Amino acid sequence: MSLVAILSLLVSSTFVYSAPLIFTALGGVYSENSGVTNIGLEGIMTMGAFSSIVFNLTFAGTFGKITPWLGALVGGIVGLLFSLLHAVATINFHADHIISGTVLNLMAPPLGVFLIKAIYDKGQTENISQSFGYFSFPGLANIPVIGPIFFQNTSAPAWVAIIVTIILWWVLYKTRFGLRLRSCGENPQAADTLGINVYGMRYAGVLISGFLGGIGGAIFAEAISGNFSVSTIVGQGFMALAAVIFGKWNPLGAMLASLFFGFAQSISIIGNQLPFFNHIPAVYMQIAPYVITIVVLVLFFGKSVAPAADGQNYIKSK
Amino acid sequence: MLKVTSRTKRILVPVISILAGFLIGAVIMLIWNYNPIQAYSSMFSSALGNMNGIGETIREATPLIFTAIGFAIASSAGFFNIGLPGQAQAGWLASIWVVLANPNLPKVVLLPLAIIAGIVAGAIVAGIAGWLRAQFGTNEVITTIMLNYIVLYSCQYLMQQIMPSSLRLDTDTTKTIAANGSLKIDWLSSFFGDSRINAGIFLALIAVVLYWYLMKKTTTGFEIRSVGTNPYASRYAGMSTKKNIMLSMLLSGGFAGLGGVVQGLGTYQNYFTQTTSLDIGWDGLSVALLGGSTAVGILLAALLFSILKIGGLGMQTIAGIPYEIVSIVIAAIIFFIAIQYVIGRLFKDKQSPNLTAIKKEVQADNGRQK
Repeated sequence: MSLVAILSLLVSSTFVYSAPLIFTALGGVYSENSGVTNIGLEGIMTMGAFSSIVFNLTFAGTFGKITPWLGALVGGIVGLLFSLLHAVATINFHADHIISGTVLNLMAPPLGVFLIKAIYDKGQTENISQSFGYFSFPGLANIPVIGPIFFQNTSAPAWVAIIVTIILWWVLYKTRFGLRLRSCGENPQAADTLGINVYGMRYAGVLISGFLGGIGGAIFAEAISGNFSVSTIVGQGFMALAAVIFGKWNPLGAMLASLFFGFAQSISIIGNQLPFFNHIPAVYMQIAPYVITIVVLVLFFGKSVAPAADGQNYIKSK
Repeated sequence: MLKVTSRTKRILVPVISILAGFLIGAVIMLIWNYNPIQAYSSMFSSALGNMNGIGETIREATPLIFTAIGFAIASSAGFFNIGLPGQAQAGWLASIWVVLANPNLPKVVLLPLAIIAGIVAGAIVAGIAGWLRAQFGTNEVITTIMLNYIVLYSCQYLMQQIMPSSLRLDTDTTKTIAANGSLKIDWLSSFFGDSRINAGIFLALIAVVLYWYLMKKTTTGFEIRSVGTNPYASRYAGMSTKKNIMLSMLLSGGFAGLGGVVQGLGTYQNYFTQTTSLDIGWDGLSVALLGGSTAVGILLAALLFSILKIGGLGMQTIAGIPYEIVSIVIAAIIFFIAIQYVIGRLFKDKQSPNLTAIKKEVQADNGRQK
């Protein structure tokens, strides 16, 4: 295997595995910056995966090649609706954020499978016919060395995810909305005093996380698993959550962390095709992302640096 | 708005949550054209209608009692231990391994040895998260989640690659354990219609009493609770936060490990490859939340969950309704527990006149100080 071939395989599989994580982690960043801890990303992704697969199976004939993209959008909307549960519970009803998020995680897989059984009368769906597949940038793909590595047979959702990251970074740090959102996660009392609608901002944060998490789940389902079953999203949402923390609650950081986790995940899958890596027992590659997360948390963070009011209920006093 | 004492309210909130959870389940079933009355009646009749069903329900409750106690101990100390699945899994594999490797030891030695191995394995897994939190302040929610996956893949590896193949049936299943290391009691399971009920339930009842005694009657329990309530005040009072963090996580993991032990030595009599985190871990968390982390509450909540789960299997075969509805009901119940603030607002605290007087005095006192 030539070096370029190895690198292009590594980059493309890293991108494929990173795309769902990037979207979902961005969602987590927005939720937590608004002050609502969202441990329910896993459940949100599951709902996104479920709905996009159902959409894809139903409408692949109608929409053809753009079906997966529309499926991602449907996944996002369903994720947004599902995250409403978390928003209402934590923002209006003073629920513990961790418990409420856990409810999303407990709820989504059985709900998805129940509906699959109700719709298709079996426990998991057929494989979709229109998946994301690989994409080559016209023109760019012909650049020597760089072209084959980054732009040939690459993952289109990953490139979209990177662009979305930059936009969301800009929104969070350079716009009035972003400033207000962050102020609700840092000091809701002060924000309230300044006339910012804390509840509204927190709703925005959670719903954005639901939308992006749903997209993340949809992309995972439509690019990687290809169908929906109870085990489609095992651990991806938690990985995204780790990427939020790893990336210090910053969109760019979360993206880089997701790329790293995507790399670690893809290594465990394509490792046997690569020189050097094929000598390492599979288990080390499988547990690497999780071990590295812990090590990084210990080495670089110590005391967590989450937004100050992250996870705390804000009760408006009259 | 009803006026009730706070004691009644403590009981009403979970009861209403349970009813609301069942209602959500019923609504979902109605939407998809299933008959909820038929579903719930077949659920209860298959879980409680015959001796086998009752035996299986008790059997199902056994590990949940352990994992729920594990969760409750950690949460009294202010930790959200989501690592129960991994801790239980480690306990399961360790206890089975000890029995398989020493089939000829006498039962009085082997069984306790295997149980202790399971406790230690669970405690080590939880202890890692506790130590990281105590030493470096690492967020235990993330570390315990990560440890779940590490344990999941490591157990797969340990069983498939490290365990001598003479102990295994094939790559995914170990041999059945010898009677010397089993928690099975023949007369008990034949009394309950040949169900898989086992001695684990006696251990679980002992654990419930121990848990009650530990938290309510001992200094250790008091320290754990006070560190959970207010770490700063506890430190000021001379309690070691680090020591209590470690202790509560070790105890928590030990109990979770026991949950895995009864699955292995009691229910299944072997270990087989797991592809996802153990159910008993997640359900234990739910049981502890529903039971309000009290000893009696945990016992009752574990039984309710088991009725749902065992009954759900019957419901699926008898009424043809997907089993998943059970898990949806459980999640809905926990959701209502989580928003108990709203449910609590349906009732007003009936305060004793005495308490009201004290409150007034305190307020007046505060006024004077200002």
